[in-house]
Amino acid sequence: MNQYQLMKLLKRVGLYALIAVVLVYAVFPFYYAVITSLKPSSDLFQVDFWLSSVNFNNYVQILSQGSFLRAIMNSIIVALSVVFIALLLGITAAYALGRVRFRGRTTVLLTILGVSMFPQVAVLSGLFEVIRTLNLYNNPAGLVLSYTIFTLPFTVWVLTTFMRQLPQELEEAAIMDGATPWVTITRVFLPLMWPAMATTGLLAFIAAWNEFLFALTFTLTDDQRTVPVAIALISGGSQHELPWGPIMAASVTVTVPLVILVMIFQRRIVSGLTAGAVKG
Amino acid sequence: MTQSATQGAPREGGAASTTGFRSTKVRRQRVRAAWIFLAPMLVTLVLVAGWPLLRTFYFSFTDASLSDTGRAALIGFENYLVYDDGAWYGLLTDPVWWQSVWNTFYFSIVSVSLEVFFGIIVALLLNAEFKGRMLVRAAVLIPWAIPTIVSAKMWAWMLNDQFGIINHILMGLGLIDTPLAWTANANLSMWAVIMVDVWKTIPFVALLVLAGLQMLPKDCYEAAEVDGISPIKVFFRVTLPLITPTLLVAVIFRLLDALRVFDVIYVLTSNSTNTMTMSIYARQQLVEFQDVGYGSAASTMLFFIIALAVVIYLYLGRRQLGVGQ
Repeated sequence: MNQYQLMKLLKRVGLYALIAVVLVYAVFPFYYAVITSLKPSSDLFQVDFWLSSVNFNNYVQILSQGSFLRAIMNSIIVALSVVFIALLLGITAAYALGRVRFRGRTTVLLTILGVSMFPQVAVLSGLFEVIRTLNLYNNPAGLVLSYTIFTLPFTVWVLTTFMRQLPQELEEAAIMDGATPWVTITRVFLPLMWPAMATTGLLAFIAAWNEFLFALTFTLTDDQRTVPVAIALISGGSQHELPWGPIMAASVTVTVPLVILVMIFQRRIVSGLTAGAVKG
Repeated sequence: MTQSATQGAPREGGAASTTGFRSTKVRRQRVRAAWIFLAPMLVTLVLVAGWPLLRTFYFSFTDASLSDTGRAALIGFENYLVYDDGAWYGLLTDPVWWQSVWNTFYFSIVSVSLEVFFGIIVALLLNAEFKGRMLVRAAVLIPWAIPTIVSAKMWAWMLNDQFGIINHILMGLGLIDTPLAWTANANLSMWAVIMVDVWKTIPFVALLVLAGLQMLPKDCYEAAEVDGISPIKVFFRVTLPLITPTLLVAVIFRLLDALRVFDVIYVLTSNSTNTMTMSIYARQQLVEFQDVGYGSAASTMLFFIIALAVVIYLYLGRRQLGVGQ
């Protein structure tokens, strides 16, 4: 029995050791970025695992730049607009696809799935032309438009999955009372769909916040850029002398809100991701 | 169309019910409403996906340039392949293009394999009972939430040849004598990129696998434990076959992402041919060289290569994925 207990203890220790390894692996790069960003520039090239003193110079430097603040504003505006549009178009489409049976529904669903698999580069030149025709080049509105290509299919797909799971009786009651489909959506389904919409909205927000290829291609000047592009283009005196302190400060600044969101909404995010993949 | 649907299958009531709203009038109203609700989304998708894709195909047969895409002349297959003055030219003869096709597949296959391997391990760990499980799960999600650009920059700093912590640790452990130029060295840069991608996407795979693990029936594990079967055997005989469908779905999502990879490589190694992927090649032609025709040809090839890869994958995994049922 003693040996059995010993084995059990060893297993337990082994489990916690492995978990510790996974934790360090997952968190360390971010932790190291935080440390680097809080170092004075004189200590930058000395490798430390801990922080001996805290110095906010890098943050002051990055946040006193108008262009970086502007990029944060652009990112917030773009991401929120994308979420709003995706949810608005997504919820109505999800009602149609999830609650009504009509000819061509499967085709529409497959088309949406197909679009979500599009490599973005494949539409780059065509989209460039569309954006320039609409006079949206070098304008965050052009990014909002282009981001629907990856947020909309995903939103529709996940919301349709959720919509299907809602009980039938609700809708029947509404129809018996003579409610139009629009009233059914706004009065009956919307209140029930909030959790699902929060999840998909969050995922769409993160996707839009992180997007790089379109943002790099469809904007030209500093004041129209989003955060990922602004960070990627921070450069120093020469190509081999990147200002790592400010870069890390900028990186931490734009990542902390996301990390907090993930920590709070962890369950929601997981359910959204798995609804998009496993159940789909 | 709605008419015939209504008459052809009157008993196929939408979100089927047994009473009142089965009546044709309500049904017709619902079907019409469905199309009205779908219309804005479909129009948007046509505008941002369908039409641009067709235009890209069209541009690939023209000599369009970025400054004026309107004035493009059709030149047939010249962007792809042309015989001129005793030699073949065009995308299909460009060794850099084929190098980037190879790089893309090498990157995708290696990184997705590693992600699935480690993703399963992490998922099994997170599925075990221990204190602070929720906190660990949230922490594991961090790499997934960090913008790709930021994670690429973070790793670029950690992999810095002179001041990077990775070289510092490896030298401290005595594994290497001189600092390695991770992102510049031709042999190492692909592995540096794979390392960053794997770090960033293990959480995604792990979470999908974890969701699959949690749907497994508990009783066969209890039975196996009672019979004293080793956990490793249980994993290969019970767990793995049961989560294979989930794995295949996770793999296709990851594979699609990996085949169109752009940002992580662009930030880490810029336009270096050692790590150039199809997306980077196409964008370089399109934007930096302003050659929309040639770049669109590369984009078109990329589209069909990825489509082909997906079709092959779905065909091979059709039984587990339940495609075509």
